[in-house]
Amino acid sequence: MSDGTVHAIDVRNAVKRYGTFTALKSVSLSIKDNEFFTLLGPSGCGKTTLLRMIAGFEDVTEGEIFLFGDEIEKLPPNRRPVNTVFQNYALFPHMSVLENVGFGLEMLGRGKAEARKRAGEILEMVQLSQFSGRKPSQLSGGQQQRVALARALAPQPKVLLLDEPLSALDLKLRKAMQLELKHLQRETGITFIFVTHDQEEALTMSDRIAVMSAGEMQQLGAARDIYERPENRFVADFIGETNLINVIVKSKDGNRVLCGFENGLTLTCDAVPGIDVGQSGHMSIRPERMKLQQEQVEAENFRGTVIENVYVGTDVQSIIGLDGGMRLTVRTQNSDRGKARIFEPGSDVFVDVEFGSARLLAN
Amino acid sequence: MSKARFDVKSYPGFVQLTVLCLLILYLPLMVVAVYSFNASASIVNWEGFSLRWYADVFTGPESAKFKLAARNSFVIAIIAATVATAIATLAATAMIRGGKFRLRVLSLGLISLPLMVPEIVTAVATLIFFNSIGFERGLLTILLAHIAFCIPFAYLPISARMQGIEDTYEQAALDLYATKRQAFTRILLPLMMPGIVSGYLLAFIISLDDFIITNFVKGAGVETLPTAIFGAVKQGLKPNIMAISTMLVGFSIIMVTVSYFVGKKDN
Amino acid sequence: MAGGAAGGGSTQGDTYKEVRTWLLLPTWATLSILVLVPVLLMLVYSFLTKEFRGGVIWEFSFAAYDQFFCDRGLFGDEPCSIEWTYITIFWRSIWQAGLATILSLFIGFPTAYFIATRPAHVRPLWVFLITIPYWVNLLIRTVSMRFMLREEGPLNNVLVWSGLTDAPLQMINTNFAVQIGLFYSYLPFMVLPVYAAVERYNFSLSEAAADLYASKWTTLRRIVLPAVKPGVIAGCILVFVPSLGAFLAPDLLGGAKNFMIGSLIEEQFKGNAGNWPFGAAASMILLSVVLIILTIYARQQARAGGKER
Repeated sequence: MSDGTVHAIDVRNAVKRYGTFTALKSVSLSIKDNEFFTLLGPSGCGKTTLLRMIAGFEDVTEGEIFLFGDEIEKLPPNRRPVNTVFQNYALFPHMSVLENVGFGLEMLGRGKAEARKRAGEILEMVQLSQFSGRKPSQLSGGQQQRVALARALAPQPKVLLLDEPLSALDLKLRKAMQLELKHLQRETGITFIFVTHDQEEALTMSDRIAVMSAGEMQQLGAARDIYERPENRFVADFIGETNLINVIVKSKDGNRVLCGFENGLTLTCDAVPGIDVGQSGHMSIRPERMKLQQEQVEAENFRGTVIENVYVGTDVQSIIGLDGGMRLTVRTQNSDRGKARIFEPGSDVFVDVEFGSARLLAN
Repeated sequence: MSKARFDVKSYPGFVQLTVLCLLILYLPLMVVAVYSFNASASIVNWEGFSLRWYADVFTGPESAKFKLAARNSFVIAIIAATVATAIATLAATAMIRGGKFRLRVLSLGLISLPLMVPEIVTAVATLIFFNSIGFERGLLTILLAHIAFCIPFAYLPISARMQGIEDTYEQAALDLYATKRQAFTRILLPLMMPGIVSGYLLAFIISLDDFIITNFVKGAGVETLPTAIFGAVKQGLKPNIMAISTMLVGFSIIMVTVSYFVGKKDN
Repeated sequence: MAGGAAGGGSTQGDTYKEVRTWLLLPTWATLSILVLVPVLLMLVYSFLTKEFRGGVIWEFSFAAYDQFFCDRGLFGDEPCSIEWTYITIFWRSIWQAGLATILSLFIGFPTAYFIATRPAHVRPLWVFLITIPYWVNLLIRTVSMRFMLREEGPLNNVLVWSGLTDAPLQMINTNFAVQIGLFYSYLPFMVLPVYAAVERYNFSLSEAAADLYASKWTTLRRIVLPAVKPGVIAGCILVFVPSLGAFLAPDLLGGAKNFMIGSLIEEQFKGNAGNWPFGAAASMILLSVVLIILTIYARQQARAGGKER
C-alpha cells in the first residue's frame, strides 16, 4: 500500500457481519493492475462475500474498498466500473445473446446502435457471432459461459469479477475454459478476480492466490509459494494432498531444526518463525516428495512396511506403516521408466524424504 | 398388464374413482350444455338440435336485461382485474424482493384475509361498511369489493412466479449499470410476465363469476350476469339460461386454458 | 386456499427493500379499508340494536347474540334457556360440511394419488383437468347439479330406465343434494393439496414396505398416508371451511327445510324482514369458528415445520 503504486483493488480491514454472525473478519489485501488474482477457499470461507462486496451486492460492515485509488464501498453496483460473471451466468432469458451482451453499454447511455456494434465485436472475440440472435436457453453450458463473459467484458470494466464461473461445466470443458480465461486476461489486460473452491483450478490460472478460511485470509502469494511453502496447517491441508505429522522441535542449528515425531523418528527441516525448541507443531510432507527404496541410503530414511497400494491412474499411492506405529502416504509415478519402484504390499521398505520438502508449520 | 400386478404404486379401484371424479366434475356441465341446444321449450324432453335459445339470448324478450348484465359483468371484471393485478404486482415485489421486515407477516396475513374469511362474511361486512358510510350501492360498490377480493388471486401466481426468478438477474442488471427502476422494468417485469398474465386472468374470472358478494353490495336494479342468472333460476330453469350458462362456461374454460399455456410456455 | 397464500411467501432477495413500503401501500390501503375495517365494523354492528326496516340504531345491545343462543319464551321475558333453532342450523352446517369433506376425501384421494403416479409430463394436464371446474362459475355449476338431480332430471331418467328404481327418487331439496352440491363445489380443493403431497412422496418407501412383506393396503395405511397427511389435512380444511359458509348449494339444492348458516345470514340482509345485528352476529360466530379452525391448523403446521428442522 505504501509503495506508491496504485492498486486495482485495495481492501482495507473489510468486515462483514450478518447479525451476530461474522462472515468476514477484517480482511486486507491489494490486487495489482493486470493481475489474475484468485480467492480460494472452501464453501462458507467468505470468498464470495468479499467478491460481492467489491461488486457492490453486499454492504461493507466496516472497512474500505478502493478501486484504482477511488473509494467505492459506498457506491451502488451500477456506479462501480467493475463487472461480474455470475456463477449461474444470470443471462437474461428474455433477451437475445446480442441484447444481453449490449445491455451494459446501453445502460451506460451509449445508444442502442453502438451497444449492438460493440456487442457484436465482443461476440466475435469469444467466437459466438453466429449465435447472436439466439436466446440463452438455446445455447450449451459452455456457450452460455462465454456469453456471460462477453457481457461482463463489453462495458470494458476496470476489474472483472468471476464468481466460480466454471463450476457448472464438465471437467473437459472446464479445463479448456481455464486456459481460455487466462488467455483472455492476458489479451484484455483487465484485472481478473476469480473466486473458486477448486485448488487445482486456482493453481493453474492464477498469478497470485489468496487462501481463505472461516472469514480470514490464511495466506497470500504466488501459486508456487502457496503449494510449496504453506504457512499454516490449513493451507498445507487444503492445497493438494499432504501428510500432516505432529512434531516437537528438539534442537536448532542455524536455520535448520531437528523435529521429533511421536514414534521417536526424527527429521531435519528449515526453521520457521514462531516455533522454537521444545514447542510442538506440524510437519507437512507432500506424498510425491517421498520415495520408496529397498535399502537405507541416508540416516533419515524411515523404515516401514507397505500396507496397501491404491492405483490412481497416473500414480500409485502406497500407505506405509512406519516402525513404531505411524502411517505415511507416498505417491510413486506409475511408469516403468521412472526411477522409483513400486513395492508389493507386505514388502519392507525405506522411505526417503526429498531434501527441503518437509515443511514445519506452527500450530 | 402383468407388469401392473407387481407395481407397488398402483391400487385397484383408484382408476375407476378418478374416472368417477371427472364424471362428477364434468357431467352436469355437459348435460346442461347439451340441453341448451334442445329445440323444445321444455327442459324435460329432447326435441332435436337447435340454436333457438342462443338466438333467444341475443334477441329474445329478455335480451336487453342480459346484455346489460353482461356489460356490467365484463366492465367490472376488466377494471377490477387490472387494478388488482397492478396492486398485487407491486405487493409481490415488496414481499419477495423486499428482504425481511417486521410488517411482512402481517402484510401476508392481510393479503390472504379475503381467502380465509368465508365469502358470505366478507359480503356482509362489505355491505355494512358501505351502508354505514352512506355509500350508495351500485356498480361502484361492486367494483370496489371485487378489486379487494381479487388481490389475493392475482397475488398468488405473481408471487409464485417471482419466487422462481433468482435475484441474480437484477444484480446482473445493476452490475451492468442499470438503475433499480431499469432493472425492474427491463428485467424483472418481463420475467414476471407469465405470472402477471395468469394472475390477471384468474382475477378476471373470479370477478366475472362472483355471485355472493355482488349480490350483497349491488344496488336494487343493478345486475351482473351471475345475479341475473340467479334471479332467473329462482323462477325456474329455462333453456335460455342454459344457453347463457354454457357460453359463460365456455368463456371461462378458454380463459383458464390460455392462462395455463401462458404459464407453461416459459417452463 | 389459506395454505396456498401462506406458501406464496418466502423472500428471494432484497433488491427493492428501500421502496417496499411504497410498493405495499396500495395493498394495505385497499385491503384495510375494504376488508379489515368492514369486518371490524361488522363486529360492532353485531352489538347494535336492530332497526325494523333493515339497518341499525346506534345503541349498544346484546340482543343479537341473545336471540341466537337464548329462548326467552313467547313474550321474551322469561329467563334464558337454550334456543335450539339457530344452534341446530349451525350444527347442520357443520354436519353437512363434514359429510361433504369425507365424500371429497373418498373420491379426491384416489384421484390425487392416481394423478401423482402418472408420468411426469402428463401430470400437469391431469391437474389442469381437475382445476378447470373450479374456474367455472360456481352458480352455474350448482344450477347444473340442480338440473341433474331434478325429479324428472337426467339422473332419475337413467335410474328408472336402467331399472335400478321403479319411480324417480326425490333427490332435490334433500340433505343429500346439499352434500352432493358442496362436494361438487369444492372437490378440486381436496385433489390439489393431496396431489401436491403425493407427488413429493418418495415411492421407494412403498417399495421398501413391499420388500418387507407389507401388503398394498397396509403400505397405503402405514406408509403412504402418514407421509401425505399434511396434504390430506390441508385438503380437508379447504373443503370444510368454504362448505361451512356456503350459500348457493343449500339455497339451490336444499330448499327451505335444509337451511344452513349461509342462508340464515343472507336472509337477514334481504328485504325488510331482515335483522342486521343478528346477521352480523351470526357472521361473527361463523367467522370465529373458521378462524379457530385455521389457527389450530396453522399452529399444527408450525409445530410440524419445527420438528423437521
